Amino acid sequence: MTVQNPPAIQTSVSRNGLLWTLIRFREAGISLFILLLVVAVTLRAPSFLTVDNFQDILLNISILAIVALAQTMVIITHGIDLSVSSMIGLVAMMVAFVVKQYPEMPVILPVLLGMALGAVLGSFNGLIITFGKVPPIIATLGTLSIYRGLVFFYSQGTWINSFELPASFKLLSKGTPLGLPNMVIIALFVAVIVYYFLNYTRTGRDIFAVGSNPDAAQFAGIRKQRITFLVYLISGLLSGLAAVLWVSRFESAQTNTALGFELQTVAASVVGGVSISGGVGTVSGVLLGALLLGIIQNSLTLIRISPFWQLAAQGLLILIAVISDKWILSRVERTKT
Amino acid sequence: MSENILELKKISKSFSGVEVLHEVAFALHPGEVHALLGENGAGKSTLVKIITGVHQPDAGEIYLNGEPVHFSDARDSRQAGIAAIYQELSLFPDLDVAENIFVGRQPLTFGGRVDWRRLYAEAGKLLDSLGVKLDLKQKARTLSIAQQQMVEIARAFSINAQILIMDEPTSSLTLHEVDDLFRLVRRLREDGTAIIFISHRLEELSALADRVTVLRDGAYVDTKPMKEVTRDDLIRMMVGRTITNLFPKQDVRVGDVVLKVENLTRAGSFYDVSFELRRGEILGLAGLVGAGRTNVARAIFGVETPTSGRIQIEGRQVAITSPQQAIGLGLAYVPEDRQLHGLIPAMPLTPNISLPTLHEHARSGWLQDKSERKSAYEAALQMEVRAHNMWQFARELSGGNQQKVVLAKWLSTKPRILILDEPTRGIDVGTKAAVHGLMSKLAAEGMAILMISSELPEILGMSDRVIVMREGHVTGHFSRAEATQENIISAATQDVTIGSVQ
Repeated sequence: MTVQNPPAIQTSVSRNGLLWTLIRFREAGISLFILLLVVAVTLRAPSFLTVDNFQDILLNISILAIVALAQTMVIITHGIDLSVSSMIGLVAMMVAFVVKQYPEMPVILPVLLGMALGAVLGSFNGLIITFGKVPPIIATLGTLSIYRGLVFFYSQGTWINSFELPASFKLLSKGTPLGLPNMVIIALFVAVIVYYFLNYTRTGRDIFAVGSNPDAAQFAGIRKQRITFLVYLISGLLSGLAAVLWVSRFESAQTNTALGFELQTVAASVVGGVSISGGVGTVSGVLLGALLLGIIQNSLTLIRISPFWQLAAQGLLILIAVISDKWILSRVERTKT
Repeated sequence: MSENILELKKISKSFSGVEVLHEVAFALHPGEVHALLGENGAGKSTLVKIITGVHQPDAGEIYLNGEPVHFSDARDSRQAGIAAIYQELSLFPDLDVAENIFVGRQPLTFGGRVDWRRLYAEAGKLLDSLGVKLDLKQKARTLSIAQQQMVEIARAFSINAQILIMDEPTSSLTLHEVDDLFRLVRRLREDGTAIIFISHRLEELSALADRVTVLRDGAYVDTKPMKEVTRDDLIRMMVGRTITNLFPKQDVRVGDVVLKVENLTRAGSFYDVSFELRRGEILGLAGLVGAGRTNVARAIFGVETPTSGRIQIEGRQVAITSPQQAIGLGLAYVPEDRQLHGLIPAMPLTPNISLPTLHEHARSGWLQDKSERKSAYEAALQMEVRAHNMWQFARELSGGNQQKVVLAKWLSTKPRILILDEPTRGIDVGTKAAVHGLMSKLAAEGMAILMISSELPEILGMSDRVIVMREGHVTGHFSRAEATQENIISAATQDVTIGSVQ
């Protein structure tokens, strides 16, 4: 008997066809869920499927989308930033005070100021985690309280109200010189930048590498600490931007601004397919996640679910979305092998 | 001095007070394959990590082309032209094949953005030149171990290193893949690359290496031209004693059939697998990686569900649907990837060993500390696990000792049928002999053992009977007398359509 040549190392089976492409598309599950939800809600409340209502939804989720994108970058490195809500609260209060003092300054200045302040707060998180070697969940749980405490300290418990803010600043988020509200355009702009950063820069790819296998990242010469620091800095920076938009949109800065918002950003990321164990996440997924959260909130009001039930219903829908997504994914994996 | 491309002098390194390297010397010539030998825990991997800058030495000097150098991280050494394939696979499971090859140094366009088109083109060219067929866009998570290794090798090759370090690159490859790898290594050597090659397979080292350096217990023993040393010399240098009998399988009287598998099939992974396993017998399951051997084992153990076929244990027909049930029926399965399936790295030894027997140490739900500790300690003692104490974390042990812990864990369930998947992959000669000795003793005591192995000497030395699988089918069935290297290789590589060798 002759000994045959060995088989070449197996190639994976690749399948074609429209259905397959659609299933392989990572966001198939959540897209399907959104579609079903839209159909279901429209049947109950036809006013849901109108341009006005959707513009409203987009306006409502713009801030969430911006911070969820930041949260996503952190989660991809296998970290988490719980302090985003407090960073928003603190920056919002500081920027509002400055705007109140100098109502004449061009609106770009408070935007830049907010981002700079946020970056400082985010860097502090980054330092605690990299130099202090504190696990991210603990570090940002600490600064969640610290930054919120600083809001009280800074404001002495007072609020900044609508009449204290100049009209130009209020229009920053709501003006529609380009057809859509500025805030929606800013969110889309941030999404494009983050998409480019994550997919087309080495640093962006390093973020995935660090989250996927930290030891291997070190072997590959990636400076792990630097990447970790960077994602928390970016998280602060985008939270700072969100804070300015928040003050502009709600025309006030309060001690409880954005309280509890961190959980929504985590929810949007996770619903959007970002793996909490790191290494996996897409911009499109997170945007869909934020959209789903926005639609759920909006529709629960429209179909007149009692506000007492809204929070619970929201949580339930999020769980259903994630479970069905996991289920679809596992079906795909099974057919692959 | 400058005849050495790399020279290490009096390198010492301690981790948390334990000295793992003591004044080690090492010199590498350009264009040579230099084997680095030593038992697990001898300090080879640490030495590699010092050369690549992952660790920094506490004392000693490193010279590269005669110049003293200091590497503060892996990036420094790579820029100096040193590439390494580490023992633990260091791929990124969520990134695809092509990106894994170029991670951290993706090709850029003039504008500074990642040039994906070029990345895929170059990755494809590279894999072609290595003769490896892989889907460039497949995620590393879904690759087999052999495929992952190929990606690692491609990554190391792509750096065009002047020094290439390979830490046990062959431990999970089959014979043919090893041949392919050696061809590549020889080609690199002809191009002038210096290669440090770590392996426990002495046979392959004598075929490949020019010189050999041996370490023992963190200290330098000697460096010799490969031609001037015999296998026995090397073993003596490594262990400081002579191991006479590497495969000590004793002849025992084979008893009743305890496990009977009939036409077991799992569509897509294996078909019509039938065999019998008797008390006191070691049945070797040979074949190439990916032949479906592990899937058969997992199906018997209730991890995977077979689509058809029958399993009988001690004459009784059973449908095993979970590992818990399998354990209850007297089965134990020691998986191939001990890091992934066999151990909980962040747990100390005691709970690791007592994991499958916890219920035996519990009284109405409360764990009895003392009895758990005692039985774990006894199991560790029986397996000669080398550790500081029973509260040491499993991840801190060397590979060989980890394997002993996994064995101790499963033996504590007192199984009647033991399935071992690559029981000695990547462990050193001394530990290997200990594991083989133990297998032989267990068989003599009446245990039935199914041993999956890709290492022919192990299959030939330890098995009473051998079955061979290829592409999901059983293609050969040999008694101990019939089982020769030629028979097994031909069954493992024959075309399935030719029919099975009975």
